[in-house]
Amino acid sequence: MTASYHIESHCRITEGRISKDGKSLFESAETEFSAFIKSAYKALEINYSKFFKMDSLSKLALVAAEMLLLDEHEKNMALVFSNKAGSLDTDRKHQHSIQDPDGYYPSPAVFVYTLPNICMGEISIRHGLFSENSFFICNRFRADDLFDYTNSLLGMQKAEKVLCGWIDFDLGKYDAFLYVVAKNGTFIHSKESINHLYQTQ
Amino acid sequence: MSEVYLSHNTIVSNYGFDSLAAVTNIMQEQSSLQLIEDPSILSKPVCTSRVNTEQLQEAVALLDPREPYTRLEQLLIVSLAKTIQASGLSLNERVGLLISTTKGNIDVLDAKSPFPKERAYLHTLGEKVKTFFGFHHEAMVLSNACVSGVLAIAVAKRFIHQGKYDHVFVVAGDLVTKFILSGFNAFQALSDAPCKPYDKNRVGINIGEVGTSVLVTKDSHALAKESVVLLGEASCNDANHISGPSRTGEGLFRSIGSAMKQAGVSAVDIDCISAHGTATVFNDEMESIAFNRAHLQDAPINSLKGYIGHTLGASGLVETIVGMHSLHQNTLFCSKGFEALGVSQPLNVIHKTTQKPLNTFLKTASGFGGCNTAAIFKKVTSQ
Repeated sequence: MTASYHIESHCRITEGRISKDGKSLFESAETEFSAFIKSAYKALEINYSKFFKMDSLSKLALVAAEMLLLDEHEKNMALVFSNKAGSLDTDRKHQHSIQDPDGYYPSPAVFVYTLPNICMGEISIRHGLFSENSFFICNRFRADDLFDYTNSLLGMQKAEKVLCGWIDFDLGKYDAFLYVVAKNGTFIHSKESINHLYQTQ
Repeated sequence: MSEVYLSHNTIVSNYGFDSLAAVTNIMQEQSSLQLIEDPSILSKPVCTSRVNTEQLQEAVALLDPREPYTRLEQLLIVSLAKTIQASGLSLNERVGLLISTTKGNIDVLDAKSPFPKERAYLHTLGEKVKTFFGFHHEAMVLSNACVSGVLAIAVAKRFIHQGKYDHVFVVAGDLVTKFILSGFNAFQALSDAPCKPYDKNRVGINIGEVGTSVLVTKDSHALAKESVVLLGEASCNDANHISGPSRTGEGLFRSIGSAMKQAGVSAVDIDCISAHGTATVFNDEMESIAFNRAHLQDAPINSLKGYIGHTLGASGLVETIVGMHSLHQNTLFCSKGFEALGVSQPLNVIHKTTQKPLNTFLKTASGFGGCNTAAIFKKVTSQ
């Protein structure tokens, strides 16, 4: 028997706008990501100084998760993220620092972010989540794999809730779509509703 | 739920181009680590294990490639070709492909690479492998730091249980590159001598390179003689630090507990442990604490890093495959490089390769981002 799960809440960050459950929380005409995310951080009154040390992918993920987990009490929450570019934005920075023998200056603080799952580690630290993290790379948002994998984790009781979705940062473009899957919630957890929310929010 | 097995497998490494080459040498306590001077990857000598380039190109040529492949694609394709062939399976809609890697084709970002920089996108790596073999479905790519290889086995099992696939080919690989070595060197973690996991005179880590693959299947008729059942698996974050392990071994301890609960086994049922053992002070110490908290301090334990180095996104898979062979050979493999305990908690580190009846082993891995994974495997006895 397959239990049915629900989408409890969802958050989208793209093109200068942050929304939660369809409601706009922050908008900015700022076109450059680092300025945009910094002004969002201030306007949304997130108080977490580690934020400023993070790479762009982690900043994007942290703010999106913050919108969904601020009032969340369930700590047994797995993280299942996906994107297209992996950690390529930071990979390029590290590569730049080692390309020429004359300007060779690799930095541990950059290198550690050359893994996409680091952004899930940042969220786990911020929210005290001792749970499973999995990061998948696909050329486009793939609701079906997220759906199957999330159902598996919940069905095996590896987690009570799952925070999942898409966190992509590449060449200055950003797109975050995170949602919480739980036993109860607004939308039935299905491939159709995941795709619908991703395409319309 | 039906059982899920690990079956046919291939390790392409410095030892040779099949699992037997690696297992035979490891049984004889032969390391494949070598001191290499190659300024194109690091300005100082580095101790590493790399696949022979000429032999790799010859092996690819035999597969009749239709386009140029990157070094990592070559490693994955050569490994997977053997595993697919051994399985005899046709790649229909019930067969999935899962790739485990941390950095994929990261070497193409180098200005000297003949390949376009777009090849660094990990899904492109997936497409190249998928297309070469003609898999029905798009490849799934898992990139979850150094737990990727073990976690990929768990992911394959879960997709099988969800009914998406009956069989999943898992293939894992990462390269020894300037990108990786410069980063670990910046952490001052690299050693120019063979690594010594858990030893008090440890010298740091070695990075190695393999392309390795396994068939994960629910079909008990699709088994190799060294097959194992995946009894339970779990992955837990430390929620502590992105580049340093927890001082209490929290995530690893929780992973082991959750995997044991799912497997329905306790500490006394674990015949041996194939641990992560990178030979850094922080990692080894964290593991000793976690294993003691889990009451596993008496279980014979090894790290295989002294044989092939840390193979990053492939390490969990290649070490699981060696563990499968260890069970079926009823042999505890020596933890190469270990002489005297250099962690604060007791561990039963395997000093010498020894014959012993074995049925069950625990595989663990830990990585950047605070991730940890544990999986428990049981030998399939011949039917």
